[in-house]
Amino acid sequence: MSTALADPQLTEQPNYLNSEYGWKSWLFTKDHKRIAILYLISITVMFMIGGIFALLIRLELLTPEGDMVNSDTYNKFFTMHGVVMVFFFLIPSIPATLGNFFVPMMIGAKDLAFPRINLLSWYIYIAGAAFALAAIVMGGVDTGWTFYTPFSSTYSNTFVITAAVGVFIAGFSSILTGLNFIVTIHKMRAPGMTWGRLPLFVWANYATSLIQVLGTPVVAITLALVALERAFHIGIFDPAIGGDPILFQHMFWFYSHPAVYIMILPGMGVISELVTCFSRKGIFGYSFIAGSSLGIAIIGFLVWGHHMFVTGMSMYASLYFSFLTMLVAVPSAIKVFNWTATMFRGSISYDTPMLYAFGFIGLFTIGGLTGLFLGTLGIDVHVTDTYFVVAHFHYVMVGGMVLAYMGGVHFWWPKMTGKLYPEGWAKFSALLVFAGFNATFFPQFIAGYLGQPRRYHAYAPEFQVYNVMSTAGATILGLGYLIPLIYLTWSLRYGKPAGNNPWGAKGLEWETTSPPPTYNFEKTPIVTEEAYAYSHQKEIEVG
Amino acid sequence: MADTHAVATEHEHSPHLRHHFDDMAQQFDSATLGMWVFLLTEIMFFGGMFCAYSVYRSMYPEAFASTSQYMNPKFGAFNTAILIVSSLSMALAVRAARLGQRKALQLLLVITMIFGLAFLGVKAFEYHEHWVDMKVPLFAGHWDYSQAPQFARQAQILFCFYFFMTGFHALHMIVGVGLLTTILVMAHKGTFSPEYFTPVEISGLYWHFVDIVWIFLFPLLYLIGHTRQLI
Amino acid sequence: MPFLPVAASSIAPEVDHLFWYLSIVSIIMTALIFLTIFIFAVKYRRRSPNEVPKPIHGSLRLEIAWSVIPFLVMLTFFWWGAEIFFANASPPADAMDVYAVGKQWMWKVQYPEGQREINELHVPIGRPVKVTLASEDVIHSFFIPAFRVKHDVVPGRYDTMWFTATKPGRYHLFCAEYCGTEHSGMVGWVTAMNPSDYENWLTSGGSDGSMAQQGEKLFQQMGCSTCHLLDQQGRCPILRGVYGSRVQLSDGRSVIADDAYIRESILNPNAKIVAGFRPDIMPTFQGQISEEGILQLIVYIKSLAIEGTPSAPNGGTTTAGQPSNAFGPNAGKQ
Repeated sequence: MSTALADPQLTEQPNYLNSEYGWKSWLFTKDHKRIAILYLISITVMFMIGGIFALLIRLELLTPEGDMVNSDTYNKFFTMHGVVMVFFFLIPSIPATLGNFFVPMMIGAKDLAFPRINLLSWYIYIAGAAFALAAIVMGGVDTGWTFYTPFSSTYSNTFVITAAVGVFIAGFSSILTGLNFIVTIHKMRAPGMTWGRLPLFVWANYATSLIQVLGTPVVAITLALVALERAFHIGIFDPAIGGDPILFQHMFWFYSHPAVYIMILPGMGVISELVTCFSRKGIFGYSFIAGSSLGIAIIGFLVWGHHMFVTGMSMYASLYFSFLTMLVAVPSAIKVFNWTATMFRGSISYDTPMLYAFGFIGLFTIGGLTGLFLGTLGIDVHVTDTYFVVAHFHYVMVGGMVLAYMGGVHFWWPKMTGKLYPEGWAKFSALLVFAGFNATFFPQFIAGYLGQPRRYHAYAPEFQVYNVMSTAGATILGLGYLIPLIYLTWSLRYGKPAGNNPWGAKGLEWETTSPPPTYNFEKTPIVTEEAYAYSHQKEIEVG
Repeated sequence: MADTHAVATEHEHSPHLRHHFDDMAQQFDSATLGMWVFLLTEIMFFGGMFCAYSVYRSMYPEAFASTSQYMNPKFGAFNTAILIVSSLSMALAVRAARLGQRKALQLLLVITMIFGLAFLGVKAFEYHEHWVDMKVPLFAGHWDYSQAPQFARQAQILFCFYFFMTGFHALHMIVGVGLLTTILVMAHKGTFSPEYFTPVEISGLYWHFVDIVWIFLFPLLYLIGHTRQLI
Repeated sequence: MPFLPVAASSIAPEVDHLFWYLSIVSIIMTALIFLTIFIFAVKYRRRSPNEVPKPIHGSLRLEIAWSVIPFLVMLTFFWWGAEIFFANASPPADAMDVYAVGKQWMWKVQYPEGQREINELHVPIGRPVKVTLASEDVIHSFFIPAFRVKHDVVPGRYDTMWFTATKPGRYHLFCAEYCGTEHSGMVGWVTAMNPSDYENWLTSGGSDGSMAQQGEKLFQQMGCSTCHLLDQQGRCPILRGVYGSRVQLSDGRSVIADDAYIRESILNPNAKIVAGFRPDIMPTFQGQISEEGILQLIVYIKSLAIEGTPSAPNGGTTTAGQPSNAFGPNAGKQ
């Protein structure tokens, strides 16, 4: 760490990166910005690991026969891909990196409310990741990331307990991050920073934190019960002694559905920041975007049964869950319309972050609409547990979340590092990601409706053409992720200096240096204008 | 974190003020809100177990009721009483801290901890009794429900919940006693004053919560089949 | 390049229509958004580095419009989908029965006439078929894409689904709930046949006798007949005529003696004790009879109609506790 930043330009100004050197100053830091960087590195590593599993899956699926690896190995591939991506990449990603870095700055605070708990949350994340990696290295888990019983509790012969413990531990990291954000946003806003002036990224993280705090403990206890059942050979979910495997599903999805909103809400917050900055215009419908974040958080807790329509739930429960699923789509739709309206009569620039924002809005729209297919009872019976579901959630998670993450990282990269990345390569990668993504996942909708079930190692030959398209797309997508890894790292040493505000953006974080000083602001800012008050300026202060 | 006072001229603040806060009031408010949010997560954690328990109890009411005879409601009631009294002593301890009464604070903390340890002692004794009575389905050879074999399978579920719920609760109690030990040491060193007693306050909140969880556990686990006898 | 699976059941065309409806709405919606963004991105592109557009804060009317209208459209999705789901929830009364047991990693199918198949299901077209599903181990899911039907198979209970095949042919059968190593090998074929072909096929199999006959054999083998005398009250309830009737229990509840009740009575007899009888008399057969065996017993018990008596002494009230009538069709009726 220390040598990479002994860059002459950086050492001119004191900032959070050069204020102290040495591994101890990083591993025992209480600075939310350094902790964000620690998370950024760890999460990138986990993303790569999850990505390798994805690559292996897609390679196997080039041919209908299971000819690359045996069934058990393949089952481990998709399980580990899911576990790593969901719990160790998607859930922490934006809150723990961009949220950690920018929520305090955006509200004019010097740090989060509990800096040491923030550092603890990173150590807990690492501990959880260690268990997950141990499970992989020791031989893997093959239950699917959903750990359905009684397969996971009684029949699987893999390292289920180790993996469950890893997820359990990582859950506490998530809870502590959420707790920290809630208290910070309530108690540490600068003078004049009222709730109605908060940047929408802060609102998004706030709503996310509510879900993290309320939902995660439920999956924690659910997985703990599964682990205990395996360890003691008892049968809480074992039908042979009267246990109910569907109870597991209810408890699991009670968290795991809101969890998908943990994953997407911060991404939506990023998009609000990007669309306003690169349209140079205040957001259209601020209170609706803020309110819809809360709406998604609340209604998101009420729809979990739509994962269980074919389990034999009562008719009435199914009707209720289907109806509410339609309802929860409304706040998301509101956001999409408001972002689009923000661009109306704006001043739109095509910088890389904005390209990611465009991609997000388009792909999230498709992903969200296909969610409605799944929420519609008559269709769900046919498409649930097929590749249609796989395509749907990758559209929202990758086409949505990951694009938002990339957009956010590119947007705030100059602020975090003080360096600019090469714009040409960045735009190229964004296009690769968009093209590769669609090529990978759109064919899966078709394969799914045709009947290709998910989690199949070998499949019926008529599905092959779509699988080949999908794998081809995946290689392009993978390239689109690798290239930024290279040029972003390159920019740390060779990138042009960024200046305080290369984008001419509004927001407290842009009023301080790039990289920011350790204590964030020379003086505690006093806020007098609403968020995204672009029109207050006569001319844009870029640089 | 590099230490620069953004608060301007005077250095007149409590040595306990963390520098990312503006003043002690903000720090206190943040700490208490933080503890409340944490307790909310604990409610959801225990809530998951309560929920699963309720589902099974509604499915197997008779089997669950049959397990009460193997629980000792006298011990359970005694434990409930100790915890309630310990919450009183804890609340008084927080009050003593608020008023700067060092000796009273330490005494009340010790009383609270003694009650906590007594609770744990009774639970250990109960667990031992269950072990001897062969009512521990977690371990082969320590489960025998031949007195009422028609309920054996579902009673096993109840006993699993009994051990998990009281077990997680006991774990939280142990953490609580550990917390109070730390607070006691800090109190002994004179750390607390009317201006700064935040750790006492939030430990108090935690302790009350652990108490409340037990108050729900007691009737659900001990008193299922006992309703008629009590009336 | 196949695009849609063949529509080979009575509900498949309607599911496809609903799918097209949602697809068209989605394509329109997506195109609208894509186009609007594209047009805005081009029309309002930044032309000078210092331009500052005027703010537009919002419009309550627009917000309401683009909340309510999409929601109303979504309600049509919900409504139509719920209709299909509802219609498919209960099998018609004249549905023929088939029994499928899922176990890692195969489907074992039994027909009342006695045929047994592995990973194959033969059905006639034009007749509703009700499949009773059971699992011997983990959760599976019975999925026939061509019929647009799927239902999870959960261990510890019965699940049912039904369909009416409309086109002769051979269609995929897939397990659709991940169940372990050979989940993707738990596949088979559903053959829909013309009724006459189906009759021929039926008569050609089943060397062990019908399911009811196999069930009767089991009934003797497992010793059930020693207590459950067919026409006399023994220590145990009479089983003749019990299937489908309302049974009064010792704790005051009354339940319908359906498949699940009989299965539970075999595996966990003390869970529900019939009024007037003592617990702890019937032993449990957990682990001694396979799911298939239980299904055979159920079909046998179903076949035990009350002989001779004109369909149930319907007349007046029967008082509970009169043993000989305790299990007639009127048992428990107050």
